[in-house]
Parts: sequence; C-alpha cells; structure tokens
Amino acid sequence: METGAGAQRTRTMIVPESKPGLPPHIKLRHDAGRGRWHVLAPERVFEPDPIAIEILKRCDGATTVDQIANELAKEYNAPLQEILTDIISMLQELSDKGVVKA
Amino acid sequence: MNEIAPLEQFSEAPVVDACARAPVGLLAELTHRCPLQCPYCSNPLELERVNQELTTAEWQDVMRQAAELGILQIHLSGGEPTLRQDLEDIVEVAAKAGLYTNLITAGVTLTRDRLKRLKELGLDHVQLSIQDVDDANAERISHYKDGLSKKRELGKWVRELDMPLTINAPIHRHNIENLPNIIEFAVEMGAGRIEVANIQYYAWALKNRASLMPTRAQVLKSAEIVEEAKERLKGVMVFDFVVPDYYAKTPKPCMGGWGRGVMNVTPQGRVLPCHAAESIPGLEFDNVKDRRLADIWLHGQAFEKYRGTSWMKEPCKTCPRREIDFGGCRCQAMAFTGDATNTDPACKFSPHHAAFVAAAEQESAEATPPAFVYRRMGPAKKAAK
Repeated sequence: METGAGAQRTRTMIVPESKPGLPPHIKLRHDAGRGRWHVLAPERVFEPDPIAIEILKRCDGATTVDQIANELAKEYNAPLQEILTDIISMLQELSDKGVVKA
Repeated sequence: MNEIAPLEQFSEAPVVDACARAPVGLLAELTHRCPLQCPYCSNPLELERVNQELTTAEWQDVMRQAAELGILQIHLSGGEPTLRQDLEDIVEVAAKAGLYTNLITAGVTLTRDRLKRLKELGLDHVQLSIQDVDDANAERISHYKDGLSKKRELGKWVRELDMPLTINAPIHRHNIENLPNIIEFAVEMGAGRIEVANIQYYAWALKNRASLMPTRAQVLKSAEIVEEAKERLKGVMVFDFVVPDYYAKTPKPCMGGWGRGVMNVTPQGRVLPCHAAESIPGLEFDNVKDRRLADIWLHGQAFEKYRGTSWMKEPCKTCPRREIDFGGCRCQAMAFTGDATNTDPACKFSPHHAAFVAAAEQESAEATPPAFVYRRMGPAKKAAK
C-alpha cells in the first residue's frame, strides 16, 4: 500500500484484495457546524452519503475491500456479492479522482 | 437496507445548499507583489502596495474567523504568497484552525527548506502555475528569466517531500498549440491534478485580450486534446478544464453564484465576492480591520447586492437556468455591456452575445497580435492634498 501524497503514474484497479486508504492530503472530516461529513481534497469538497462514510471510515490502508464488504453485509443484513460490487465501483471512481489510494 | 448508494450521491454539489449560508472557500490574496509579470494576471490593474498589506496578526485573525464562519478551504494566493516572509505563521494558524490549506504559487521564490517547513506546519496542497513548457516562450509570457527551471526544481522537492501537486496552466493563443506538451510536463512533474484553464478575460487579461485570444478552432482542438488525455490518464491525473466563455453558449456559474460559496480577501483586507468585483461601481467593500468576516459575508452590501436571483432582469429573471448559472459573471456583464445587472454576454440569450463572440473571432484572427501590456505596479499615487 502506497500511503504517500505523490500521485501514482499508473491507474490502480480496485479488487477484493485491495487495501484502500486515504492519502494524507485527503481529509474525512466531521463538520460540527453543518452537522455532516466532508471529504476535503485539493480544490474540491465532497459530501459523502451515510453509506460512503461507513466505507471511507474503514479505508485504513490495512483492511481489504473484501473485509469491508463482509462487515457491511453483516451490519446491514444485505447480500455480500451485491455490496462487494457496489463498494468496488465506488472505490474505483474515488481512486480515479485521487481521493482513495490502494 | 441492502444498497450501497451510487456515486452520484457522493456529489461535488456546492455544500452551501444544505449548510446555512457559510462559504466553502476563501481566497486570501496575501500580497500583490510578484516577480512575474504575466499579462493575464487576475489581480486588479490597480495593485495594492506592500505598505498597505495586512499584518501577520491580522491575517492570522482572518484564518481563525474563517474557520469559525464555517469555511473549509483556504487558498493562499497573491501576487506571489511566498514573498510574505510570515507565510509560515499564517499557514500554521490556518492549519491549527482546521482549515484545508492550499498554496497557489508561481514557484520561483520558494526554497526547499521553506517548503519542508510549510509541510510540517500543515500545508495540505501545492498548486504551481506554469506559463508554458518551452523555456523561451515561458520567459516571454512571464517576463521573468529562467522561471521554468525553478519550477522543475520545485516539482522535484514536492515529489521528494511527498506532497500533492496541481499544475495550473492558463491557456491562450501563445501556448495553446503546446497543450499536449503541457499535459506531459504535468505528468512528469508528478502532479495528481491539472487545471487546463483557458484565460478568463478580466483585469489584466481583459486589457490584453487582443493579444491572448485563441481562435475557435484552436479552442475546439484543445478540448479534444483534453478529452483524449483525460481518458488515457484516468487514475493518474485528474483534469479540470476551464472553457473560454467567449465561445460558449451558456455562461459559467461564476464563483458558483455571487456570495454563495466563495469569498476573497485582498492584501489590504478588503473583502470581495470575487477577485474582480472592484471593477463594478456602486459596491461597498468592507475591510476585515473594521468588521467581522461573518458579518461581512452575511450582511455586507457588496455581498447582498447580487446574491440570489432577486436583482435579475430579463432574460435572466424568468430563465430556467437562473439558479444554475446565476446569470453568469457580473464583472463580465459590467465590462462588456456597461451594466452589471445585465446577463453575462457569454449567454446566447444576451442581446450583446453576437458582439461578444465577434470580438473574440476578430481579435483571434489577427495575424500579428498586439504586444503584451505586462502586469506591473503603476507609479505611486501622489498623496491627496
């Protein structure tokens, strides 16, 4: 897992074994004034929805996508395969935007 | 509940919609001093002088007030912000207040030690502007010797220090043909993001419009180049493409709407809804030395004047896009039509649109554009009697 802020020069493909994490310059931050979470990125502010927040909180660079999917499938009593597909597609888009590294 | 929400809901929509009325970002123009003299500078023609600039303590207070107000990101800009020897003190306070800090620099006056120190103090991101990737042309545009090699050096330090980098490339007729090389340069520099920013024609750029305007064919070609590169570099580098509005059909939502998401503080502390707002007569600008930032944002005359849609007249007033583009840019309406409450002439519904497009087409067709009027500080004004 590359943790650095420096951009990679090849595209990362998210797979079940990937260990996604937030690079140091991407900040998942709770905004007390607005009562919501933000992801702060260069010249960008994202508003993750509740499920995205649950996923991003688990992106610690050590937990695999597969493990995250298992946890959430249990927690929300939902079909694992569906959850896994959705998480991979979300993290792929975030990785392409430079918000997530794996 | 068995659904992971799709990414559309992980949106980049302006945070302001849902969050009371606090701005998301603040552009802090720490100084108007700059070693470069780019003819498209966004600073006003009347540059503020060093002896007018806010003190360290005053800027630090602006940072604290910004965080209290709910601002999330601070863009430390100029002029050249690194000419302020107290940049470190300002960054430290901003980072401690929880603000996301972004340094917008030309990269010719920064040392490795200072950059390292800024990182340690909490600087989150560096945005480096380039004029061109051809040394001689970059020198001609910026009127500054050997700038590009200094920028390459800065790029090396940023990589060594493992900091995130954006390359900002203002695009115009003197470098638009070089766009593929500019994109490659950004990749080589290790940038995670590039802004391919067609010049917006205000202030110095408006003064130099006839020297800078590219042709429609050049602009269309550059859009194709960006589209191709975006796909090829997916997951490697993020692209932001600022389209030139002279060839657009609908105006840009300037500043995301007046007084809606962003505010600007000038070197001497004047608080503006956008960096060109001083070109509009009839606006009163408060100073952070006299009034709290939150009060200025919420109740300042200049912010209230064009906030929302109630100031609009036709064709904006009944336009279905009025809350999408907010009538475009007030400063451009002022500069081109003489009335800031008119529709931005970039809009196809503006009665001035045809003349607006014709100006661009005519100027860009000139085989030999006029010489640059370089961005310089004018002679000091004599003290009033």
